[in-house]
Amino acid sequence: MTAKPKFAMYWAASCGGCEIAVLNTHEKILDVDANFEVVFWPVAMDAKYQDVEDMEDGSILLTLFNGGIRNDENERLAQLLRKKSKILVSFGSCATEGCIPGLANLSPVGEIVNTAFNTITTDNPHEIYPRTSYDVPEGELHIPTLSKILRPLDQVVDVDYYMPGCPPESHQIAAVIDLVIKVIHGEAELPPKGTVIGAGHSTVCDECPRARNVKMIKAFKRIQDIAPVDPTLCILEQGVPCNGPATRSGCNARCPQAGAQCIGCYGPAEGVMDYGARLITAFSSVIDANEPDEIEKILDGIPDPTGQMYRFNLAGSLLKAAKPAWQK
Amino acid sequence: MENNHFEPTIIGFTCNWCSYRAADLAGTARMKYAPNVRLIRMMCSGRLDPTFVLRALSGGADGVMITGCHPGECHYMEQNYKALRRFLLLRRVLNGMGIEPERVKLVWASAAEGARFASETTLFVEEIRKLGPLNWGKSDSEPKTVDREELSTVHRPSSELEVPA
Repeated sequence: MTAKPKFAMYWAASCGGCEIAVLNTHEKILDVDANFEVVFWPVAMDAKYQDVEDMEDGSILLTLFNGGIRNDENERLAQLLRKKSKILVSFGSCATEGCIPGLANLSPVGEIVNTAFNTITTDNPHEIYPRTSYDVPEGELHIPTLSKILRPLDQVVDVDYYMPGCPPESHQIAAVIDLVIKVIHGEAELPPKGTVIGAGHSTVCDECPRARNVKMIKAFKRIQDIAPVDPTLCILEQGVPCNGPATRSGCNARCPQAGAQCIGCYGPAEGVMDYGARLITAFSSVIDANEPDEIEKILDGIPDPTGQMYRFNLAGSLLKAAKPAWQK
Repeated sequence: MENNHFEPTIIGFTCNWCSYRAADLAGTARMKYAPNVRLIRMMCSGRLDPTFVLRALSGGADGVMITGCHPGECHYMEQNYKALRRFLLLRRVLNGMGIEPERVKLVWASAAEGARFASETTLFVEEIRKLGPLNWGKSDSEPKTVDREELSTVHRPSSELEVPA
């Protein structure tokens, strides 16, 4: 067999940071080129959806799909690429658990459109709103229609592997590329379907070099409000809500090492069904108060509890979206 | 479904040492209380992972009742305080998700308080009945996309949406 296996990468509701992370693998990207034929990658090469539709089913060996499913175009592409790919990887936090675009699941879709097109920061005196269809002499034009809520990829199609991270760390991407190339040459085997690849199996705390003691927190503070931050002591212990205890390892505790709290971009740690619930448990365990009034006062130090618990995981959580978003 | 015919589904978590025995006592003493609660026994209210509550609510429950030993009387020293803190934080998170925080209730009941367990349960069922069904995510399965008409005629901004410059 002389033909190289085919590779595709697609972005749905995402920021493009995942593709940057892939390019950040530096010379490893040449290995991708040497071992794969890149057939579809809108950010890097010109290709039409029709080209993908014309391919044989299952003819793409590996598709990295990043971004959540926010509109009917995203959904169509997810289904199309599922059909054409042997291995579909939910790549990055958006596809895996909704990520920042998933926070829109707190608001009804009309409110989102209003915020984008008519707030005090957007000058729109003629109240021009996007129309999803428009008649022109050549026919009717359509733009994608928003869905009520954003859904992670696996709520729409069957997914083979998950690769968390916002974005996935480049050294983890490089390791996964190496693995797939080995599999192609028959030197390694693929992990079982549904495996989280390119990440650790524990929590960020396990990779964090900061010293940990028994935590007794009397007040939650924002990191800019404590000065100086002790560079060697656990950040949560210093009163800053750090999401490390609930978050999957794999990033080498980058943020805590750089002096900032973990915000949870690697998603739920192994075995965690609901990220926010695990974090509630973790924070509740370290609060040093037993009286309801005092506990409430300490909790006032977390100004946006829902955002804190579900910054990256709202769409992938058990509740998936806030009531106003799915109700109407 | 009309509200007066609405029978709430309540999931109740009880601790082995106090509140489960309170429920047991209410039963053996043949006290009458609302039959809407499905009780799940745990060893301690400190075992209550907020995941259980979220799973119950997302799976069709209209309310969740968490019960445990009175403060200071926990069989495992002070795990019920952990339950209290989790409950208070969880309520704040649920509020942000548009769920009435009253749908989750914390009740302390000792093994001798069968009557209290029964009356608190009945009271909670009535409270939930007033709030109505939660039906979490039910309308999510209907139309997947917002129809084109709705988006084209999107509501004009209300003044509360605007932020002061």
